[in-house]
Amino acid sequence: MREILSPALCLLEREILRFYRDRSRLIGALAPPVVFWFLIGSGLSGSFYAPGLPYGSNYLQFFFPGTIVLIVLFTSIFSMISVIEDRREGFLQGVLVAPVPRLSLVLGKILGGASLGFLQGLTFLILAPAAGLRLSLWALPLLLISLFLVALGLAGLGFLLAWRLDSTQGFHAVMNLFLIPMWLLSGALFPAVGVPLWLKVVMILNPITYSVASLQRGLLLHGASMPDPLLCLGVMTAFAALTLFLSVREASRPSSR
Amino acid sequence: MGRPELSELAVETKALSHRYAGSARAALDGLDLQVRRGEIFGLLGPNGGGKTTAFRILASSLAPSGGSASVLGIDVLGRPAELRRRIGVVFQNPGLDRKLTVQENLRYHGRLYGLAGSELQERIAQSLHRLRLGDRARELTETLSGGLRRRVELAKGLLHRPELLLLDEPSTGLDPGARKDLWAHLKELKEGGITVLLTTHLMEEAENCDRLAILDRGRLVASGTPEELKSSIGGEVVSIRTAEPARLCEEIRAKFGGDPAVVDDTIRIERREAHSFIPPLFESFPRQIDSITVGRPTLEDVFIHHTRHRFWNGDGA
Repeated sequence: MREILSPALCLLEREILRFYRDRSRLIGALAPPVVFWFLIGSGLSGSFYAPGLPYGSNYLQFFFPGTIVLIVLFTSIFSMISVIEDRREGFLQGVLVAPVPRLSLVLGKILGGASLGFLQGLTFLILAPAAGLRLSLWALPLLLISLFLVALGLAGLGFLLAWRLDSTQGFHAVMNLFLIPMWLLSGALFPAVGVPLWLKVVMILNPITYSVASLQRGLLLHGASMPDPLLCLGVMTAFAALTLFLSVREASRPSSR
Repeated sequence: MGRPELSELAVETKALSHRYAGSARAALDGLDLQVRRGEIFGLLGPNGGGKTTAFRILASSLAPSGGSASVLGIDVLGRPAELRRRIGVVFQNPGLDRKLTVQENLRYHGRLYGLAGSELQERIAQSLHRLRLGDRARELTETLSGGLRRRVELAKGLLHRPELLLLDEPSTGLDPGARKDLWAHLKELKEGGITVLLTTHLMEEAENCDRLAILDRGRLVASGTPEELKSSIGGEVVSIRTAEPARLCEEIRAKFGGDPAVVDDTIRIERREAHSFIPPLFESFPRQIDSITVGRPTLEDVFIHHTRHRFWNGDGA
């Protein structure tokens, strides 16, 4: 066990140290979602009404949990760009010839990205009362667990995407083409009520939907169309486990190129 | 020289081969190699010769497509974790984290190799001292010069006290001073009983090795000590520059015999007592010869002798 955790911890520590040494990344992952939240939220607050909107909430409040997920998405996934950078700058080759199990390498990277996503998400979460949302002690465990699971799952997805890519530009393309739409269709911007059937199906199949719903519940926003909380936790856990498993499998392949 | 005992070998490969996916040509083609413990062994060859492929296989970062390789008695495909603990690897492209300081780079490296606590602290201090990096410990590695960075790489590769140090083109990007430093360190390591295996495309660097293997197009061309290799060429090397090398080459062959060859627009003749061969040569072809030089064989001559092409244009003949 120690043989796996000790190098993983070492890589995790490095990930966090690098992140906090690079101020632009710190701001870059946090600021844009907050600005989106404020601008889109303020703009739509007066006019937006959907039948599925949680009772008694305005749009800024409804959009708050989705913004947390966007922050986590930006932080967790972007931190996995470091997989590409590590490969390009040569650091990774050194780790690959060190006596370190691939599981440790993957765990270190994914837990590193997930921790950063979690911490950045938490930073924004603390502002919830400012948006008129209530932070209840009862719901806090659900909030924190959900936040960690979504960070873990997205970091795992990021690792999986980054491992095979050799340019950061490619990563940005994947981000715009695949990850942002995934977020858009997660119930973060609009609830899955009154939408066309195909969209509803996509939203049900989208794992991020369950993260957003879980955080909405944790912030005491109860909408009619929300999936069951246990189902949400189950889907998030399964998604994180799946991306971790696939990442380890991918990284364990012996290199022949 | 008899066949060395197995326990004396740090590296042994048999018919080691590799073909990269999608490549028509084998990068490594049946390489047989024996590196003895405690020597500085060089893999010399032009770019694309197969050195780096061999290096990566021995460092356990590439799985070969054929043949076998054992490093310190361990099959490279068998127990990578044990193997990796006992070797130190310095890649051609720097493997340092540029956003971390020298000390942090060493610390993370040590931890990946299972070192911790005061033992790790001590080893970092020692290796900083040995490589004269003490005053740079807190600098970010991205701010260091190429020579200093290579020194940090070396400190990193040695931190876990490997029995075998593998270096891929260690002199790349180093100025002559730093290159000399590097070799002083490598010789110190050798005295400490560490086996050093390095790749190089530089003849003058290869001269410093105890033994060499010359690679070309994935094949072993020749091996031995630099002296053995050079003396394998009988006598000296005569090079003649002329306007029509192919024609003159034939005429020289007809008149003097031997085995003159055109390499890169120059006629090359290997000959014992070459100095007494020059006057009759000049007298026979006074108008055709532009210039003529005689030299003791170099490693490049050894390469040409075996491959019939120059070191630098591997595809021309």
